[in-house]
Amino acid sequence: MNEHHSLLETRDLKTYFALRGSILQKRRYVHAVDSVSITVDSGETVAVVGESGCGKTTLARSILLLTHPTAGAITFLAQEAVRSNKYYRDMQIVFQDPDSSLDPTMRIHDIIAEPLVGLSKLGKEEIDKKITQIMKEVGLGNDILGRIPRQLSGGQKQRVNIARAIITEPKLVVLDEPTSALDASVQAQILNLLLDLQTNHGLSYLIITHNISVAEYMSDRIYVMYAGKVVEQGPTAEVIKKPRHPYTIALLASAPIPDPKKRNLLTIDVTGEPPSAIDPPPGCRFNPRCPYAKQLCKVNEPSLDPISPNRFVACHFVNETA
Amino acid sequence: MTGGTQQSKRFLRMFLTRNEARLGLTIVIVFLVVAFTVAIAGNSVVPYDPIQQDVGPILAAPSAAHLFGTDNLGRDVFSRIVVATPNDLLVSVIVISSSFLVGIVLGGVAGYWGGILDEILMRSTDVIFAIPALVLAMSIAVILGPGLVHMTYALMIIWWPPYARLARGEALQVSQKNFIEAAKTSGTKTLTILRRHLTPNILNAMLAYATLDIGTVVVVYAGLSYLGLSVQPPTPDWGAMVNAYQDYLVSAPWLPLFPAFIIAAVVIGFSLLGNALRDTIEAQSIS
Amino acid sequence: MGVQTLAEDILKVSGLSVNYESSQGTVHALESVSIAIESRSLIAVVGESGSGKSTLGLAVIGLLPSPPAKDITGKVEYKGVNLLELDKESIRSYRGTEIAMIFQEPITSLNPVYKVGTQIEEAIRIRDARKTDTSKSENPRKNEAHERRDEVISSLKRVRIPDPENVADRYPFELSGGMRQRVMIAMALSQKPSLLIADEPTTALDVTTQAEVLKLMRNLMNEVDTSILLITHDLAVASQVADRVAVMYGGQIVEEAEVNELFSQPLHPYTNGLLSCIPTGSKKETRLKPILGNVLDLRETYAYCKFAPRCPFVKDKCWASKPDLKPSKGEHLVACFLYE
Repeated sequence: MNEHHSLLETRDLKTYFALRGSILQKRRYVHAVDSVSITVDSGETVAVVGESGCGKTTLARSILLLTHPTAGAITFLAQEAVRSNKYYRDMQIVFQDPDSSLDPTMRIHDIIAEPLVGLSKLGKEEIDKKITQIMKEVGLGNDILGRIPRQLSGGQKQRVNIARAIITEPKLVVLDEPTSALDASVQAQILNLLLDLQTNHGLSYLIITHNISVAEYMSDRIYVMYAGKVVEQGPTAEVIKKPRHPYTIALLASAPIPDPKKRNLLTIDVTGEPPSAIDPPPGCRFNPRCPYAKQLCKVNEPSLDPISPNRFVACHFVNETA
Repeated sequence: MTGGTQQSKRFLRMFLTRNEARLGLTIVIVFLVVAFTVAIAGNSVVPYDPIQQDVGPILAAPSAAHLFGTDNLGRDVFSRIVVATPNDLLVSVIVISSSFLVGIVLGGVAGYWGGILDEILMRSTDVIFAIPALVLAMSIAVILGPGLVHMTYALMIIWWPPYARLARGEALQVSQKNFIEAAKTSGTKTLTILRRHLTPNILNAMLAYATLDIGTVVVVYAGLSYLGLSVQPPTPDWGAMVNAYQDYLVSAPWLPLFPAFIIAAVVIGFSLLGNALRDTIEAQSIS
Repeated sequence: MGVQTLAEDILKVSGLSVNYESSQGTVHALESVSIAIESRSLIAVVGESGSGKSTLGLAVIGLLPSPPAKDITGKVEYKGVNLLELDKESIRSYRGTEIAMIFQEPITSLNPVYKVGTQIEEAIRIRDARKTDTSKSENPRKNEAHERRDEVISSLKRVRIPDPENVADRYPFELSGGMRQRVMIAMALSQKPSLLIADEPTTALDVTTQAEVLKLMRNLMNEVDTSILLITHDLAVASQVADRVAVMYGGQIVEEAEVNELFSQPLHPYTNGLLSCIPTGSKKETRLKPILGNVLDLRETYAYCKFAPRCPFVKDKCWASKPDLKPSKGEHLVACFLYE
């Protein structure tokens, strides 16, 4: 039987940031990403969800080699990840904030052309042809090409971001909070666009988001991150329907549902804040806030164990959440 | 019409509607025209030879024949002032330009890369800040001798640190923006990122500062010239004239006051221009 | 035009219109907006960017920067008094004591150089100074300071901040976003206002923190006898905490109803569109139906329904005149010719 190669795979990825310390104090580190292993297969959409500080953005940046991973391995297209033109031809990113992701002094045409200029050997005419084609695909008129970003709406800017990301025909597109800064109606347009592009171009997506409904809608598989670690993973439908990690349960319970008859918000009882990521204490990182926590949790960090062939949960007492 | 030129036209329109801009621009243009004319045509543009003595009665009050009066040696004050115009303006343009260029390159690179480069830059600027400007200028005058060119060198050496600091601060901010990272994932070479992405985005803040700064150079140079460190008599220079005529403040007030007023006028002109520029940039980024 | 209720109306806005002066012309931010809030109830005003919802909040509390705001017409009746007719000094006496407001980014509302406890204490001190209670002046100063400190601690307790004595001695930057927002709520409520306006109070917060803060706000309403005007872009948030929901579009209220009624029977095509935009379930089950087109340019005035260009149910009548906000059934109001 052939060994199955994922499109993207990280193995025990660690990204720590050193804090400037004094000469007298020992060096302290922010454990932004602490031993995370995820995979993305060809053609699928994987979501990484979590709240601020969980490390999901750092994870995305590490995969894109924009931040240097401290330890662990990243494999992309069956090769060790190395910064190169080829790497970025096949893996691109759509950034979170449409305002800061477009150079305010550049014309839209040049912004979209930049990846082709930097990563391919195409001539000016071929580039222009590609741009015209892409503009149509993302639903932008050619009159936009001569403008600068501040003349565009939020939705248009995000479409430009997407156009720039797919113009090199990548295999994997990392989407960092692709719709968080957009109005609801625009968000829906962009999500539909992303789905259409995926079908037409055979793209794989890695979506980083804190928005559960977006993750549920778009992804096939989901990883839930907390304080730098993956606490639960599995097929999206299953995880959403029956979350098993106490944090996932709290997270899903907190996500507002547009149904006044299901007022789940008012019944949750998880309080507090995520722990500091600087030299985290031993034991499970969620234990101070966990309604199921016991003595073992303060001492022993749980490992990601399977509770079914595709479902993994990192909790000592996962049986209690069934 | 592309977005870029549309923006520039709009900027110009917003700029020119301001009274400050119109007044400042007028003043500056007048002085620049005079400076150029004198630089090209020399003494022939003025009614009298600026260094010739006794072209009229000594210490004569302003009149139709002598617009700014005459000085203690019978020289026409108006001619002297006009002929001295290129000095101050040339010095300030050269000093500001060089400081701007040096500052944007050093500061931009330091802000973008951080680390050792940043440390070196910061400490260099600290060293220069620690030296009092006038002390340095006087030292150079002692070593190389006085003169317009030497004073220009002195000012160029000490004037760039604020620009480097400003550029560094702006570069630090811009480097955090996602579009810089997007450029990296687009395979754009580092030098191109600096040129194409970093520089245009830090230019705005620096231009506003530079325009306001021109007036300051004029004042400082006038001060150096007042101390006798620049051109030597009988060559006319505004600052030197203020010094030479200051004893006549009571008896022949037009003598020190006209050169002083002219210096003030240049500074005001550039300040108005700089203010209007800065306000327009702000207004444009809000709307 | 307004809602006829048996309970007392804390706030009654009638025909409020606000224009903004901008470098590109006059923006009609609010156009004849009418809305009422009863005591001890939470009304959510939901809209996307450009709907005018923030302008509404600022207009009620009298914080519209004017210029550029101008041509403010209509009535804003708070407990029967038209705030728009008051002078600046009188409005200021209402602000903070009767009507309080909290914003999206607490870090910009809190003074970074003062401890949190000090800032709450200041709010209390201002409130006490406004009281003409003579009995207060008989107390020696020392006891007053002690009393105020106690009140600071209890106000922090009320917003469920753990370890309030410790938190009171912290600076804003030392606290998390959720804690800061609770401090803002504590400050706002220390004045015992009858109306709290919250402009996107949880948008910048994590989902779990958002849930806590919303739950807190809902519970405090009865404890402190406050009504809440919640301004948000998130219909789901509104559904979770509101008693009534008003949907805004293009500077107008297009639909207003009791919350269950709105979600089970949305009338206005825009409301319907908004609900269809919310991703529910998986992409395999449904396809999101976004609202086509873009928001109208508010620098123009329109003699027709502003939603007409995007409305899937548009008829000729919609291009000829503007529909008024009218009751369709009972207390369910809608501005749409489909229901006339």
